[in-house]
Amino acid sequence: MSKILLIAEHDGTALNPSTAKMVACAAQIDAADIDIAVLAESASQVATEAATLDSVARVLTVEKPENKYALAAILAPQIVALADGYSHVFGPSTTFGKDLMPRVAALLGVNQISDVMSIEGSHTFKRPIYAGSVVVTLQAATDTAVVATVRTASYSAVGGSNSAPIESVDVDVDLPQHTRFIELQAGSSDRPDLQTATAVVSGGRALASEENFGMIYALADKLGAGVGASRAAVDAGYVPNELQVGQTGKIIAPDLYIAIGISGAIQHLTGIKDAGTIVAINKDEEAPIFEVTDIGLVGDLFSILPELTEAL
Amino acid sequence: MDKILVGLKRVVDYNVRVRVNSDGSGVETDGVKMSINPFDEIALEEALRIKEKGAASEVIVVSIGGAESQQQLRTGLAMGADRAILVETSGPVDALSCARALLEITNREKPGLVILGKQAIDDDNTQTGQMLAGLWGRPQATFASHIELDGDSARITREIDVGKEIIEVDLPAVVTADLRLNEPRYVKLPDIMKAKKKPLDEIPLADLGIEASQQIDQASFEPPADRQKGVMVEDVAGLVAALKDKGLV
Repeated sequence: MSKILLIAEHDGTALNPSTAKMVACAAQIDAADIDIAVLAESASQVATEAATLDSVARVLTVEKPENKYALAAILAPQIVALADGYSHVFGPSTTFGKDLMPRVAALLGVNQISDVMSIEGSHTFKRPIYAGSVVVTLQAATDTAVVATVRTASYSAVGGSNSAPIESVDVDVDLPQHTRFIELQAGSSDRPDLQTATAVVSGGRALASEENFGMIYALADKLGAGVGASRAAVDAGYVPNELQVGQTGKIIAPDLYIAIGISGAIQHLTGIKDAGTIVAINKDEEAPIFEVTDIGLVGDLFSILPELTEAL
Repeated sequence: MDKILVGLKRVVDYNVRVRVNSDGSGVETDGVKMSINPFDEIALEEALRIKEKGAASEVIVVSIGGAESQQQLRTGLAMGADRAILVETSGPVDALSCARALLEITNREKPGLVILGKQAIDDDNTQTGQMLAGLWGRPQATFASHIELDGDSARITREIDVGKEIIEVDLPAVVTADLRLNEPRYVKLPDIMKAKKKPLDEIPLADLGIEASQQIDQASFEPPADRQKGVMVEDVAGLVAALKDKGLV
């Protein structure tokens, strides 16, 4: 039987939606016993939320003042202590999990599997490589713990009608002092979160300015959608980094994705290929984005965008 | 600081459309253009800028792989690195073995900073820097978009999902470079000539006491599921109708 430990991502007050998707992935492993670990300064609020997730057996809390900020160097040794007896330790394939889980794996002396997109067996997994151009099937050793990150865009969140027991765990390990949190500069937005929005409107280099990107926001607001961007638009400074979608940004799976003025480099497409419906508006009918779109419209975005926003 | 160590990985060039080979045992690499992993190029550029500001005296580039990785190390030397180390092995090297090899080199060279790319664009693993930092027992600052050195510590701006996070780390530390850390310089012809004379040491992986383990077996490779090509609409009215038809608006 598999015993799986999931590392919850949270901001101290709320559980990140990636956790419920991770549970969905773990639940695909036969006869799995799934625990969630919440490492926090004060864990009760987040743990209470985690305990509602279906398929979860227990929620373990580790409360320490040092856990106020999610610093990998501080969290990793605690997770190593918690991991004893587990066959699998999973984190989300978000910047939180990508930062943390390889350090955990190294301390455990094992390799790590990144971006699990499909469970084929308790130790057999599929994951994308080469910006999603290739899918590789991996067979992990069965005599060591499997440490992995879960490609959350491949999974839908589990339901929340559970009431798993919450247990506080004492973890007595030395924590390093060499890494200190200074500041978080988070974009404040009332718009739906890019990674959980059911609809996302994204803009590319063709928007040509930060000011013009306002048209993307206007359409998104009309649809109640999140806003994304191509790497080119972020590099050009039209929007902040957290909006980047693609191989090196966010991997998303909204029901509706509207790509505006985005040519569709493979590095961008890998971030959206799980979207339900992909719509593209581009002036170049040869743009590679049209190879993956469900609905395409060739034309000038500066005339189409206001008309579309008006029409909806 | 005395030295900065930078890792350079030889990968299929980012412009190449990678395909699975005919028997599904790997990807087509015959005649395919190979380059320095773009994130590693950014890592090297940052090290060079730190040295040029006078905050470091030597930049060492290291690669782990076959003899052909010398090409990427020579390019790194042409960009401005002072010397190169090739940890030579013919077989595939997983991320943990790679981190162990880098730790050995780190213990020998004692750099004040190790800068690696945040991920390699072939396996997209995003692991090696974190693993090295863990094995080394030193700080890690992943996804860096800005580095500010201040004596024995550094302030690093990290690009994370919710925005930007600034952390302070004591040196030595491992930093992994994100896209917006800098824009790497172009290599000039005279520098390519000069690079041929710079030292490039070769060390067999086994001499570091490391076996290229394969705890994770890459059993088979396949192309991803294709999305079906959809319809083109003529105008905004057609688009709105198509969206309504799918119940999306």
